[in-house]
Amino acid sequence: MTRRFSRWLVASAALVYLFLHAPVLALMVFSFNDSKFSASWMGFTLEWYRRLVERDDILLGLGRSLAIGLGATVVATGLGTLLALAFHRHRFPGKRAAESLLYLAIVTPEIIMGISLLAAFVAVGFSLGTLTVAIAHVTFSISFVAVVVGARLRGMDRNLEEAAMMLGADEWEAFWKVTVPSLMPGIVAGALLAFTMSFDDYVITSFVAGPGSSTLPLVVYGMVRRNIEPSINAISTLIVVITSLLIYLADRSMRRSAR
Amino acid sequence: MPVVELRDVSKRFAAAPAVDGVSLAIDDGEFFSLLGPSGCGKTTTLRLIAGFESPDRGEVLIDGRRVNEQRPYDRGVGMVFQNYALFPHLDVGRNVAFGLERRRVPEVERATRVAKALEIVRLDPATFLRRMPGQLSGGQRQRVALARALVLEPKILLLDEPLGALDLKLRKEMQLELKALNRSLGITFVYVTHDQEEALTMSDRIAVMDHARIAQLGTPAAIYEDPRTAFVASFIGESNLFEGPVTEAGADLVSVGGPTPFRVPPRSDLLPGRTVMVAVRPEWMDLFPPGRVPAGENAASGTVDEVIYLGETLHVLVRLEHGQRVKVALRNEGQIANPIRWNRGDQVAVAWRPEDAQVLE
Repeated sequence: MTRRFSRWLVASAALVYLFLHAPVLALMVFSFNDSKFSASWMGFTLEWYRRLVERDDILLGLGRSLAIGLGATVVATGLGTLLALAFHRHRFPGKRAAESLLYLAIVTPEIIMGISLLAAFVAVGFSLGTLTVAIAHVTFSISFVAVVVGARLRGMDRNLEEAAMMLGADEWEAFWKVTVPSLMPGIVAGALLAFTMSFDDYVITSFVAGPGSSTLPLVVYGMVRRNIEPSINAISTLIVVITSLLIYLADRSMRRSAR
Repeated sequence: MPVVELRDVSKRFAAAPAVDGVSLAIDDGEFFSLLGPSGCGKTTTLRLIAGFESPDRGEVLIDGRRVNEQRPYDRGVGMVFQNYALFPHLDVGRNVAFGLERRRVPEVERATRVAKALEIVRLDPATFLRRMPGQLSGGQRQRVALARALVLEPKILLLDEPLGALDLKLRKEMQLELKALNRSLGITFVYVTHDQEEALTMSDRIAVMDHARIAQLGTPAAIYEDPRTAFVASFIGESNLFEGPVTEAGADLVSVGGPTPFRVPPRSDLLPGRTVMVAVRPEWMDLFPPGRVPAGENAASGTVDEVIYLGETLHVLVRLEHGQRVKVALRNEGQIANPIRWNRGDQVAVAWRPEDAQVLE
């Protein structure tokens, strides 16, 4: 490759990054801007962060998002891990098709997922609320957990449990003392992904949330529709920072497992 | 009394038999190898002894007791797995201590036994105790896997192609070390491999397996020098095979016809009309100019196809008149000082003495 071409590549990569992150960066900067309306820099302030604390709707939304996120993560991680183990250990007719369906759940457009979940809840007579939101989040997170844990399983020595049993462990001990700990990097990565997906989700949640069950993204969207104020920048900055941190941790966990 | 015995053991998976009517008896302290190509049933045989599979038919005995229904752990057997199967989340010390922990061995005794086991496999405990498996080289992992099995002082150690992932030099070193461990610890080793050289190097006896059955069982010398079937003759080392009907059963020699007529020493069952196949090792053959073969030797004439320089030996490939290719191994006596006189295209006679051919079944 010529030096000229390589310089051109670096430049285009830099452009891509600018395009991707400049808007978010601007939003983060303006969350510290000491002006309610101005689009130019008027000085540093933490005022908008302080105001967040005073707003009950935001705090409630945040609390709900955390609670739903944690609950959905625990359930989705458990089920997704068991699903990955089942796929790994057993052969059965239609296994490949079943595994492909896992990916289908990942690529299904959110709006379709939202509509179908809403229809399902109405059909079985669930009233919309925090529980339906949590169930919906579990639904779309399971596939991610199963895929991530499955990748870890494939990289694992298949004789581990047998080795444990040869050394005197029973099936139960072999599972809890060997299989689960060796899967842990994958499980942690899957859980962090599941939590991030749940914490960020707007589209699906908007279909299945009932009165009094608005998560943080729904609250933020509601605020934006009424009026733009810099508190939105502040809460958005917090969401970006938290999700980035979770994604970073998930990635690190997977990297450690690859070693 | 044999330590391990299989009596007419069979095991099927789905459609095909994996082990079919296998019987063998392994003596105390013996280094016993199961040798064969992949899919021959050697690993299934090992897993039947370990207790990971139970036979459909026949009996598995350890120390004279039937163990068909016994779980792996209760059999007093240790195992080293193909890819080591070290627990990735535990350091070397905890890996080796795993079996002792399951047996509730007190912590103080545990530490001394772990250190001793690491010393047996020549890993310095001070250096390696706290390392994670991910930080070890292939050879070191192999040693940890050995220590983890040996720390429980098993009577029998099962090894499933344990050296397959190592490079050639390290593999040769480990072969000798395993053999030495087998001698010094007095533990019976049952060793699965597809590498015939490895089996010959280490074993007291070898069971050669083919298509779920034992093709031949014996000492390395017996298997190499007196193969009973064409499969054994070509899987262990190399062999030139000749076949034909018996034409004349004399008192001193039996004459055989076919594309390459030859003679073999007499045997009561070699009667006229019976088809005979023999195997001749390349190193037991010699080359002569046409018409100069010593009296009494079998000979077949052909053309030199290729001369291959291998260092210790030279392989001369000869195409016989009817098309069969024969390999003759000649000792290298120095190609610079004392070169062999054969070149591609030369007319030669391939010769071997009647007693140097093995009559196959």
